[in-house]
Amino acid sequence: MAKNTKKTEAPAAAPQAPAEPAGKPAGGLFGYAPAPESPAAAGDIASSYGHFIGGQFVDSSGSEALKTVNPATEQVLAEFARGTAEDVDRAVAAARAAFTDWSALPGSERAKYLFRIARIIQERSRELAVLESIDNGKPIRETRDVDLPLVAAHFFYYAGWADKLDFAGYGPNPKPLGVAGQVIPWNFPLLMLAWKIAPALATGNTVVLKPAETTPLTALRFAEICRQAGLPKGVVNIVTGDGSTGAALTAHPDVNKVAFTGSTPVGRAIAKQVAGTRKKLSLELGGKAANIVFDDAPIDQAVEGIVNGIFFNQGHVCCAGSRLLVQESVQDELLDALKRRMGTLRVGDPLDKNTDIGAINSAEQLARITALTDAGEAEGAERWSPACELPGTGFWFRPTLFTGVSQAHRIAQEEIFGPVLSVLTFRTPDEAVAKANNTPYGLSAGIWTEKGSRILWTASRLRAGVVWANTFNKFDPTSPFGGYKESGYGREGGRHGLEAYLDV
Amino acid sequence: MSTLAANAPGVAGSGLEDVAASEASLRRFLHGLPGVDQVGLEARAATLGTRSIKTTAKAYAIDLAISMIDLTTLEGADTVGKVRALCTKGRTPDPTDPTTPRVAAICVYPDMVATAKAALRGTDIQVASVATAFPAGRAALPVKLADTADAVAAGADEIDMVIDRGAFLSGRYLDVYNEIVAVKEACRRPDGSYAHLKVIFETGELQTYDNVRRVSWLAMLAGADFIKTSTGKVAVNATPPVTLLMLEAVRDFRAATGVQVGVKPAGGIKTTKDAMKYLVMVNETLGDDWLSPHWFRFGASSLLNDLLMQRQKLTTGRYSGPDYVTVD
Repeated sequence: MAKNTKKTEAPAAAPQAPAEPAGKPAGGLFGYAPAPESPAAAGDIASSYGHFIGGQFVDSSGSEALKTVNPATEQVLAEFARGTAEDVDRAVAAARAAFTDWSALPGSERAKYLFRIARIIQERSRELAVLESIDNGKPIRETRDVDLPLVAAHFFYYAGWADKLDFAGYGPNPKPLGVAGQVIPWNFPLLMLAWKIAPALATGNTVVLKPAETTPLTALRFAEICRQAGLPKGVVNIVTGDGSTGAALTAHPDVNKVAFTGSTPVGRAIAKQVAGTRKKLSLELGGKAANIVFDDAPIDQAVEGIVNGIFFNQGHVCCAGSRLLVQESVQDELLDALKRRMGTLRVGDPLDKNTDIGAINSAEQLARITALTDAGEAEGAERWSPACELPGTGFWFRPTLFTGVSQAHRIAQEEIFGPVLSVLTFRTPDEAVAKANNTPYGLSAGIWTEKGSRILWTASRLRAGVVWANTFNKFDPTSPFGGYKESGYGREGGRHGLEAYLDV
Repeated sequence: MSTLAANAPGVAGSGLEDVAASEASLRRFLHGLPGVDQVGLEARAATLGTRSIKTTAKAYAIDLAISMIDLTTLEGADTVGKVRALCTKGRTPDPTDPTTPRVAAICVYPDMVATAKAALRGTDIQVASVATAFPAGRAALPVKLADTADAVAAGADEIDMVIDRGAFLSGRYLDVYNEIVAVKEACRRPDGSYAHLKVIFETGELQTYDNVRRVSWLAMLAGADFIKTSTGKVAVNATPPVTLLMLEAVRDFRAATGVQVGVKPAGGIKTTKDAMKYLVMVNETLGDDWLSPHWFRFGASSLLNDLLMQRQKLTTGRYSGPDYVTVD
């Protein structure tokens, strides 16, 4: 009988190793040398920015400026105006003035502008990807391979709808609402802009958009693209600022539609503000998604899905799979595999093409993640992170895993919005569904099983707007996205996304 | 046959000794392995393919890749002259730069083993021989065993056998298993040592990823030293997802049994960029333990010259061209 080949036994005489393996950084034989994308590819960043109103870059009526920093270096990138109520008023007036002509254009003409914008975004995608990475802290691999392709795809997709609205299922010749006031978050600055602006313009609305106060730069660069595309003046207006600017926009009496993506407390405040007016409102808020792994799951792919679910974009994702629900019978196997995989995550310079996890967007967010994880430990959950060195400056957080988490822990209930995964277990499918639904949120969920009938059984019982099966954090402009319960209402994307901008 | 099957080689003490005791137990085990999600596996392989390997890391990886090549000629038109030329190329891949590593092995048909062996005398380059009615494997077992024994007798250091895909696809797993065990036995030399056994699955014919995971475990249970994707003779040969899956299989097999098995993707890997992607997969799936020619090989012929051109570029800073590397 053949003897087994133990680990120590190599072929009789193995060929010599390379004479002197070049470049052998610590941490393994095959360390990757730095592969930095050039920051210069971001193009010129002005030292200060005003607003984009009526097709022009204009100064704010106020004198207060805010600063946006590179979260990986803490260096100030630019100053930008803190929009005042007067600025918002000018922008809404410009949008109102543009609305008459824009909404009267045949859909096929509006489509031409949107197609043009989509193509320019593709042509300038490297520039935009680098700029986004610098301003937000997210790795260039993601801005390059995820954000920018999706941004362009969104404009292409809604460009296609502009002259086909009669067939969208909202009756013949559906009408736009008027001026849309849109407030977006910092986690996907350009992608959230695309989700807001593309359907609004396709349906014939004009917009005033306020980007997040930590990430205004790609929205301002998008304003340049609108000019490059020859978009009529006032159709898109960008007013930068903080929460007070956003509040002025959503409260403005001449705004017909309010669209907000961000935290649940702010969403609730906006809902109160808008209540009793004729404004149409869509809200895309927080989440605490359950990623459910059954014992018959494809384990290696489930591990990838878990990693992608919570560590994608540093976990700054409203639909992040922040609660892992794993069937007890495969818990050990799965967690071993997950920890091994987390050990290969590369945390560091967002502009390095091999970085998997970049910088936390702001000191404020880092403090919130730190506070919640400290609470997790204090409440008795067990914390684990792979060994990894963090840069000296900037805002960073290790990918983190909590085991021994129960539903009563804060880290199982509250949205952390960082690279922190809480692991809970279940015994039966019923228990999995009960725990998954036991949250005030309901934005997304994931199911991992090789059994098709179990996917359908589970999905039909989950109260979440998006349910992914054997994948996670997959986005597509053709697919509607939105939440249940405190995750908001209204849908973005797909045919459904048109409804939010039509008078139906 | 059952005497062979009753003894799963290589897995003593792992609790897997009885897996191949019967057709039913082997089937139960193989079908109980975790499934493979096609979309997820392909996405992971594609993401690893976006790693950017530059400067010092690239230099290291190029030299490592050269040292992992099984430089191959498997043609009906092979001659003694052709094989000798290939052996010379393997010994001195780049005559202009003596720091260039040698390849791991020269891979030939059994009747060329003696020629290759003679041409490589004095080096540690291995001679690998395909066997078992390569590439189709459609011959009776005694023929396959004679084919193997002939190559071993001629001095082959390594045997690249093909499995019986027909038996596998019709669910006769135990037949496949027993055949591997028998071929391994035919690799035994008079002095009691064994030629190293690589088991070729022809994954392009097995089609599904679930099949690839099952056949990987089957071959490892039967005593394979290496598992290899393809013959290079069918339409679909090595692909990154198939190789990634096999890397996961050897990782899991070692965790279960303590036995380490090598992996060899073969066919269709032609460029340095391709080779980098495979090495990244090894690095991030298995790590240092497999980053050597003992445990990972490329079955390739044209890959070597592309690696040499990229190596010259790194050394000199200039791209040369295909006439600055030797064509053998």
